[in-house]
Amino acid sequence: MKKIFVAGALSAIAQETARCFAAEGAAFFLAARDGEKLAISGADLKTRGASSVTVLAADFDVLESHAEIVRKAEAELGGIEIALIAYGFLPDQTACEQDFDLTLKAIHTNFISVVSLVMQLTPLFENQRGGTMAVIGSVAGDRGRPKNYVYGTSKGALALFLQGLRARLSRSGVNVLTVKPGFVDTPMTAGHAKNILFADAPSVGCAIHRAILARKDILYVPGFWRWILFVIQCIPEGLFKKLKL
Amino acid sequence: MKRYESWGRFPRAAHSVFALNWHSQEIDFPRFTNKVLAFGLGRSYGDVCLNDGGTLLDTEGLRHLIAFDPAEGIVDCEAGITLAELLEIFLPKGWFAPVLPGTRHVTVGGAIANDIHGKNHHRAGTFGCHVLGFELLRSTGERLFCSPDQNAELFRATIGGLGLTGLILWVRLRLKAVSGPWMQVEHLPFSSLKEFFEFSRDSDSRYEYTVAWVDCVSGGGKAGRGVFIRGNHAAGKQAQGEWKSKPAFLRIPADAPGFLINRCSVRLLNEIYYQLQSAKRGPFTMPYGPFFFPLDSVEDWNRLYGKAGFLQYQVVLPEDGSARLKEFFEKISNSGLGSFLAVLKHFGPKRSPGLMSFPKAGVTLALDFPIRGRKVFDLLNALDEIAAAAGGSVYPGKDARMSPGHFRKFFPQWQEFTKYFDPAFSSDFKKRMLL
Ligand SMILES: Cc1cc2nc3c(=O)[nH]c(=O)nc-3n(C[C@H](O)[C@H](O)[C@H](O)COP(=O)(O)OP(=O)(O)OC[C@H]3O[C@@H](n4cnc5c(N)ncnc54)[C@H](O)[C@@H]3O)c2cc1C
Ligand SMILES: NC(=O)c1ccc[n+]([C@@H]2O[C@H](COP(=O)([O-])OP(=O)(O)OC[C@H]3O[C@@H](n4cnc5c(N)ncnc54)[C@H](OP(=O)(O)O)[C@@H]3O)[C@@H](O)[C@H]2O)c1
Repeated sequence: MKKIFVAGALSAIAQETARCFAAEGAAFFLAARDGEKLAISGADLKTRGASSVTVLAADFDVLESHAEIVRKAEAELGGIEIALIAYGFLPDQTACEQDFDLTLKAIHTNFISVVSLVMQLTPLFENQRGGTMAVIGSVAGDRGRPKNYVYGTSKGALALFLQGLRARLSRSGVNVLTVKPGFVDTPMTAGHAKNILFADAPSVGCAIHRAILARKDILYVPGFWRWILFVIQCIPEGLFKKLKL
Repeated sequence: MKRYESWGRFPRAAHSVFALNWHSQEIDFPRFTNKVLAFGLGRSYGDVCLNDGGTLLDTEGLRHLIAFDPAEGIVDCEAGITLAELLEIFLPKGWFAPVLPGTRHVTVGGAIANDIHGKNHHRAGTFGCHVLGFELLRSTGERLFCSPDQNAELFRATIGGLGLTGLILWVRLRLKAVSGPWMQVEHLPFSSLKEFFEFSRDSDSRYEYTVAWVDCVSGGGKAGRGVFIRGNHAAGKQAQGEWKSKPAFLRIPADAPGFLINRCSVRLLNEIYYQLQSAKRGPFTMPYGPFFFPLDSVEDWNRLYGKAGFLQYQVVLPEDGSARLKEFFEKISNSGLGSFLAVLKHFGPKRSPGLMSFPKAGVTLALDFPIRGRKVFDLLNALDEIAAAAGGSVYPGKDARMSPGHFRKFFPQWQEFTKYFDPAFSSDFKKRMLL
């Protein structure tokens, strides 16, 4: 029975990953903003086979609350084997260009807040000498593009932080997984026109489940994004500036 | 990327899409300036799932399970969950879907709105017979729990209600206890319709699932030949091996050229299928997947019919009208438009609570026709005439072409049905039927 803490548990992707673990009888501590939806998601996981589900309404923008959230999760579950950090905020890029507060909000939610939460979790995992912290970043963090460089910056900075942490914690047997999804059809992208590059949330969620079990370091999902990003990263800056990507 | 089209891909329609994710979600109906319609997985062949120029409320994200009573096998689930997923979750616990169509990829909401039937209709009736209740969201914002005791008229009007009475948010469904995932199956080749009726009469009381495939392209001595398939859930854990459903082994990635499905290829396929199926008679044991959903092994097989799409025609003739089945076969065979895989089955007398439910006691015939010009529309119109004269009817959930006049003959209760419409909802079927 896996003991799983999910931060941002109402994300469409996180719910799918949790469903895969629920089918295996996992125990959950779910934290997200909306208490009513948490009750629905909790009942869903229970009915699908979760051995226990505890929920907590929490806003991860409030850094001061992180220590308490982690303490509660650890107490409820009796230790945390897997922490999945899924919350994120996709701001409108053009709005960000005029609005520092919005830019800061994106960096705060996607980067600062996640760093704070991960730092609260780290000693716990180190003491356990095992377990996995899985964090959802984005392919947008692999290279700055005019279309979404604020969001990209927050996810890219996060990936760098996790990369260093991964190497450090590998000595304690703790796994750090950075998930880099491409476009996924979820509420986050509800207003975006869909094209064939969009994946569905269930397949992305289940890929994360498999990657956690396989103790992967980095997951591009769907897998073809690894190659797309490889090519994009190879483009010399002089040329990249001129491309409308 | 999800395609918002019907399974027959005729007619075409353009929509705005609004995705739903929670049954608790508030929907601000006045914000939609045009009409709305719930959309599950678009496995309806015709236009009941289309709403050209309007908005589709995509229910695929409504997949939360709410509760399960393991003693009674009663599940409360959101309306967008598929029968495939319910089987995956509950079959290991010994529970099965009460009624299954020929594909696992349908939502519970869609199954109710078309009041679908399966190979066990002669025993179990329609899907609606196993629905204990559901919550219906009306565009006024009201959430109504509908059951045989509460809001009973809306309960009846929504089962088989083609999505026109509002949005089903979640459903209370009675599952069926089974001993396991294996089926005990027999194939009985027959050479005439008369023999089909004999097999049916003989089998329906002893076999939970019966269906026949018939050849309606070959003329002469081969006319009316087919294979009668009957099965039961295999008792106990007798079979070993892999039964979990695998993903489709083949996917049709793009439209096939329109000429692929033609008179010769269809004849050839019928011949091959007949020889293959009649060669393995059984009884043999097989996993439930390929027994119920043989077509699911090829994903997007509807693209084989090409850009123009295809029509599916399903008719039911009451017991005393079944003699007229022969006329259908003659007309189809003479037209040269026949299709691969015509399906024949006996419907039982069990009544659905649904006001507009299609099945009734008698015999049902279902077949596909590629769309190539007017000829097929004329043929199907002529078949509608026969059906109307025989007191039969045609399945709205698979229809894209019947006339409003025929629809009203087939469903004389249509006027009562319109009383329960939600004014904010519409579909291409509704518009076509001038409702
Ligand atoms: C290969 C194949 C085999 C089939 N075999 C059978 C068979 O054996 N027997 C049979 O009866 N049918 C059969 N069908 C047809 C299929 O079962 C029905 O069309 C079914 O309703 C499709 O479900 P869906 O979720 O795709 O719904 P859609 O096709 O997306 O929608 C169907 C209708 O349901 C309404 N609807 C959907 N969700 C809701 C909701 N939440 N609230 C209110 N209304 C809603 C829609 O508005 C629409 O009117 C078959 C189809 C295929 C492709
Ligand atoms: N969808 C994509 O195309 C895509 C691509 C790459 C990466 N991602 C990443 O994948 C992750 C999951 O997103 P998703 O696609 O599943 O979208 P989603 O369903 O919209 O999930 C995002 C979730 O984050 C929550 N959230 C935002 N800020 C929060 C905060 N301060 N405190 C608590 N919760 C907060 C939201 O909660 P509320 O409902 O309360 O707002 C929402 O549930 C995100 O990190 C996202 O950046 C998504």
